[in-house]
Amino acid sequence: MNRIELVTRRTFLGGMFSAGALVLGARLLPIEALASTDADKAAWNPSVYLGIETDGAVVIVAHRSEMGTGIRSVLPSVLADELDADWKRVKIEQAIGDAKYGSQNTDGSCSIRDFYDAMREAGASARLMLERAAAAQWGVSVAECKAQNHQVVHAGSGRKLGYGELAALAAKQEVPKKDELKFKPPAEYRYIGKDTPTVDRDDICAGRGTFGIDATMPGMVFASIARSPVFGGKLKSYDDQETRKVRGVQKTVELAAFKPPHGFQALGGVAVIADNTWAAMKGREKLKLDWETGENAGYDSAAYKQSLLETVRKPQKVVRNVGDVDAEFAKGGKTYEAEYYVPHLAHAPMEPPAAVAEFKDGRAVIHAATQNPQAVQETVAAALGIDKKNVECHVTLLGGGFGRKSKPDYVAEAALLSREVGKPVKVVWSREDDIRFDYYHAVAAMYMKAAVDEKGRPTAWLQRSAFPTIGSTFSGPSTLYGQGFEMGMGWTNVPFDIPNHRAENGPAKPHVRIGWLRSVANIYHAFAVHSFVDELAQLAKRDSVEYLLDVLGQPRKIDIGQRSPMAEKFPLETGRLRRVIELAAERSGWAKKKPAKGRALGIAAHWSFLSYVAAVVEVEVDASGKIRIPRVDIAADVGKVINPDRVKSQFEGASVFGASIALMGEITAVGGAIQQSNFHDYPVARINEAPVETRVHLIQSDAPPAGVGEPGTPPMPPAICNAVFAATGKRIRDLPLRKHKV
Amino acid sequence: MIKLKVNGVSRQFDGEPDMPLLWYLRDELQLTGTKYGCGEGLCGACTVHLNGAAVRSCRTPMQSVAGKTVVTIEGLSAKADHPVQQAWRQANVPQCGYCQSGQIMQAAALLKQKPRPADADIDSAMKGNICRCGTYQRIREAIKMAANSKPAATKTATGKTTAEVKK
Repeated sequence: MNRIELVTRRTFLGGMFSAGALVLGARLLPIEALASTDADKAAWNPSVYLGIETDGAVVIVAHRSEMGTGIRSVLPSVLADELDADWKRVKIEQAIGDAKYGSQNTDGSCSIRDFYDAMREAGASARLMLERAAAAQWGVSVAECKAQNHQVVHAGSGRKLGYGELAALAAKQEVPKKDELKFKPPAEYRYIGKDTPTVDRDDICAGRGTFGIDATMPGMVFASIARSPVFGGKLKSYDDQETRKVRGVQKTVELAAFKPPHGFQALGGVAVIADNTWAAMKGREKLKLDWETGENAGYDSAAYKQSLLETVRKPQKVVRNVGDVDAEFAKGGKTYEAEYYVPHLAHAPMEPPAAVAEFKDGRAVIHAATQNPQAVQETVAAALGIDKKNVECHVTLLGGGFGRKSKPDYVAEAALLSREVGKPVKVVWSREDDIRFDYYHAVAAMYMKAAVDEKGRPTAWLQRSAFPTIGSTFSGPSTLYGQGFEMGMGWTNVPFDIPNHRAENGPAKPHVRIGWLRSVANIYHAFAVHSFVDELAQLAKRDSVEYLLDVLGQPRKIDIGQRSPMAEKFPLETGRLRRVIELAAERSGWAKKKPAKGRALGIAAHWSFLSYVAAVVEVEVDASGKIRIPRVDIAADVGKVINPDRVKSQFEGASVFGASIALMGEITAVGGAIQQSNFHDYPVARINEAPVETRVHLIQSDAPPAGVGEPGTPPMPPAICNAVFAATGKRIRDLPLRKHKV
Repeated sequence: MIKLKVNGVSRQFDGEPDMPLLWYLRDELQLTGTKYGCGEGLCGACTVHLNGAAVRSCRTPMQSVAGKTVVTIEGLSAKADHPVQQAWRQANVPQCGYCQSGQIMQAAALLKQKPRPADADIDSAMKGNICRCGTYQRIREAIKMAANSKPAATKTATGKTTAEVKK
């Protein structure tokens, strides 16, 4: 489906290339677009570009954001491989936000999945054009010419021409049709399947990487913004007399409150504009603010938790039904039930939200740490009342994202403030801002009930959830039920082989901004489902791994009720899930390491972002209840692996991220105000608390590449709690663990 | 007027004496390798060397650095080739990279004090530096690599080798 054609140099990033360069634009259709009504539109939006300069430099545009996955390097390395380019002569250019690239939303673990084929086709097309150009130059057949490491070689004579020398000639070649393309045999791959270091690694180690917080514009001023402590609160009045006495403070500016639904709009508040960050922050502390806190002032997370638990104790909307759960329960056999709870969580990327913006002559120029520069264009355009074509968004490195930085409210703040002060404005959120005004991961309650046979195997399984939905962020607080995409994250597609199975979802009113956090709804769904299945294993006095494999049943495809090219290309296959469970068990030494008091293993396996992941966690619990995680074994089938080292690093990181969720993450609210503010009361795992060692075992696969950044997270919290149970006999159904004495 | 030395260059500062060193480095000197992460000395992203010791620059007011020597990630080595930086590259430690300046500065300070740190020493020295991407096991590995790459006897400030000092 991907079409490739020449583009003029003028359209390529505003004339980056010199005359004579070969510039190739690959049009690509992300797989979702096949099912969407926008397919025609998407087909005409080239999303990946390649240029070869006459000096031989190969320039590849990275259109996805770099937040630590390595994508800015790994995706271009796929193109470079098919081009047979020398990586040392490849320059990566970061794309500005532009719909012509297709989706740039670096989110949902889909960069490789959606763009792998397009990158290969772009590379293979250019390679063929270079070979044809060389053949024409030498007057020989193309079949005798082969591109090899940045030059085309003629087999008979040994003559060679470099890519730079051929660029001008190659640019005159017809762009090959897709069926003319020949892809490299895997044995000839230079970068695919290899541990190529990222292009940013050395800059980072030298302190030279430019993040959003590091971006500058000439003449910029600095802003720190006070926002309503309660979501949706309005400013009644404020006094900036003391603020204006702070040396370096220039002025204060009121930002209007958002209009519901909030989406990515700026929250509103009072900004202090200053000569430097410190003066802005100090001036802001001296503001006297009077807020009308509004309807969310009654939000109390402890009471809310009880209301969610009450909701899931009663029948709710059925979202999946197989067989007849009620009839099976009515038979009067053995049943078992449990309730689970996961609190709100904050993203807490090490770089808080940061952006610099200049609004001038009807145009906004932005430099931001953003996962989604096109959302920046749309959000800033809406805020300023201009066309999104007049928003130029440059993407810096991101100091962590985890979903927070695909929501560009902070960029809108910078743009609005620039309009008010007539200068470029840099907005840097303090850590306190970041923790108190996040788009929080939804708090969730789950109720589970099973009827079991004489072997303890479930004959009926009921699962019920309630959580405030991400949908409320876009359609307002009257959106009470989980959306389809949330249900599809480990709730309606539980892959167990149980004859009677019902999933339900109840309503939950949102009182804060709800957003997606690394692995999203999978976090609470996986926690409930994989804790509960382990409870059933324990109840049956069976080995957790053996029981899990039994409940998964024979290898088969799960019908998840979706009819789309995506579902066709990436079916949920229980055989692949079984295989990662078996591998994780084998590599962790599961069979040999029997549980002992204070030390045991726990397992959980989850399918998310089209990847299959099993985690075996070893915990040690000392007499004081202190939990140590000496080792984690993660087995993952993510389809084809492009850069094994970077894939492993994502799972190593997910192991730590999941440990933070299980052990310590909790956001609470009293009177509508978030109670946590910094790393002392919203702790994340440190080196002495994180799993000491995470061993990542990747399944060799030729299946299409699937997600990597997120799917390591969901199995971690249940695997940790399952291990804690095996070590202590205490079942933790209510996260985080630090609230409990184990 | 506060006088100090930053990465070998003499500097003068006449701003607010309570301004943290972090913002002086970042906003005034454009030494942006040192990062803001929490402002409370809780995360270590802003770690620099002050007279050779690792400190949190976000909690170090300018008035306290008068006459002192500051080294930031930009000044740790001439060619980004400090053994810790080399090891960081070798182990492919960084993910997003934001915290890594602080991690490297902290690790460099640790190795100066303890050229052969045990796991417990690494935990103790590095637990103030948060990495949200979770690169800790590679940080640990890289510190051990750096420790092993250096000769056991490195020159101290007094010109004696560490082995001589121990004697």
